[in-house]
Amino acid sequence: MKTGKFAHAALVFYGILVLAFLYLPLVSVGFASVSKARYLSFPIRKYSTDWYGKAVESDTVRDLLFLSLKVAGIVTLLAMVMGFFGALAFARYQWRYRKLFQKLILLPIFFPQTVLGLALLMWFNAIGVIPSWKTAVVAHLVWIAPIATLVIAIRAYSFDPALEEAARDMGANTWETLREVTIPLLMPGVVSAGLFAFLLSWGNFPLSLFTTGADSTLPEWLYAKMVSGYSPLVPTVGMLSVAASAVLLALGLTAPWLLRSLRKMRS
Amino acid sequence: MRGRERRLGLLYSLPVSAFLALSFLAPILLVAAFSVMPPKVFSLANMPDFSAYGEFLTQGYWRSVAWSLGMALAATLILFVLCWPLAFAMAKVFRGFTLVLTIGVVMTLFVSENIRLFGWVLTLMKGGLIEGYIRHWTGVGYDGLLYNVPIIIFGLVYVYLPFMLFPLAQGISMVPDDARQAAYDLGATRWQILREIELPLASPGIVVGSLLCFVLSAGAIAESKLLGGQAVIVIADEVETAFTYGQNWPLGAALAMVLIAIVGGIAIWGIAKADLDAMIGRRR
Repeated sequence: MKTGKFAHAALVFYGILVLAFLYLPLVSVGFASVSKARYLSFPIRKYSTDWYGKAVESDTVRDLLFLSLKVAGIVTLLAMVMGFFGALAFARYQWRYRKLFQKLILLPIFFPQTVLGLALLMWFNAIGVIPSWKTAVVAHLVWIAPIATLVIAIRAYSFDPALEEAARDMGANTWETLREVTIPLLMPGVVSAGLFAFLLSWGNFPLSLFTTGADSTLPEWLYAKMVSGYSPLVPTVGMLSVAASAVLLALGLTAPWLLRSLRKMRS
Repeated sequence: MRGRERRLGLLYSLPVSAFLALSFLAPILLVAAFSVMPPKVFSLANMPDFSAYGEFLTQGYWRSVAWSLGMALAATLILFVLCWPLAFAMAKVFRGFTLVLTIGVVMTLFVSENIRLFGWVLTLMKGGLIEGYIRHWTGVGYDGLLYNVPIIIFGLVYVYLPFMLFPLAQGISMVPDDARQAAYDLGATRWQILREIELPLASPGIVVGSLLCFVLSAGAIAESKLLGGQAVIVIADEVETAFTYGQNWPLGAALAMVLIAIVGGIAIWGIAKADLDAMIGRRR
């Protein structure tokens, strides 16, 4: 579309403004995390990185990191497997209940997460399961498996059915077709779904709130500290969690490029 | 070949649909069953008496529902107006910058919602980033901007912006340039093109974006707790209180069912109307 130079510049400016709006609170958290004072107030008079040292040394923070990592890791693996098969059923194959299945997949995404967490708490109680980090994995998956399915489905839609048929015509059985054709073709989608799954689980709070029992994830601990009064560790641990996501995201975004250059070096 | 596709489709759908049946549909049914139990029981082995729904009407819980729905509606309308120009630019005007924006916006989704809202508390509170510097430079401060209804709506707008922006951009990219060009050549004004061409043709994206924002805002809790203080109690908050402090599961279940019925009804209606194959698989 043709737009005037001025309109184009105005739109770019608006886009930058929206990005600034989205990141402004993180800037505040960043500043707060390097403030020396126990009770935060702007403008910050003395900067120090002491709280980072305290956070890294703290056993509580280490346990929280480890638990969040464990939950997110398992959620990622399961979401990738369920999402891979789900996406093929969602986008690739024509079968009888496909439309119904597509709607079932979308429903949890539209559902209020806090209510879902409470419903799961009642459900675990009814079937006699004691909530722990394992039940939190289930809770995260209710929301994240459908998202992983959708992310992979985008890839599966552009999948040429002739490729699978060709493999079958040349004598490959279902498993061989899957392994040699379908999985490699959908792999980029599966990897991005895995990245999404990990990061969404890592940052999720409403689903963890009621389903972790005596265990606690990082966002839960942060929330508890936020509502019970200020602790200088909150912005610090918050920034650490953001930094962890950013590093993972950067790795995920550059991974295809890194792999390509590795392959070039070898050949 | 057809028969094979049909079998594989069913087979491959099983892991995720069995999982959702057991850990999504079953819990909702359980909540529905609990909602008709007499007050403060913890098992289903009681005579149903629907008293929790009576309490919903007589104890003023409907006010929380009205607040939640009203604020969700306000946030959705604001988001639509706010996101439309940017979504339009992402779909039709920008080239490389669309990718920058997409990555920039998606990245915020991966930061825990409550860290970002906490950041707004630090930004807006008395002695926070904005007030602190204004006082530092001008000597005059104000009492902080937190703990009222507009700031909760602000929080909802902030948190759910990506859920409006991306569906809108997707919807707008479905509007063919030819249709807009033709309307322009026939003498339509910018406003007429928007009303007669763009809005109707982008409607799938508008419907999905608005639904997502409305539904998620209606069930939101962190915005009102962290930014709004006790300015208003939203319905999700009442549900939580009934389950935890109140130890009244049937009441909590009935409140949850009201929210589920409203939100689920709207979501099912919207999902039933949307053609998913066309929306997601457009780039075939």
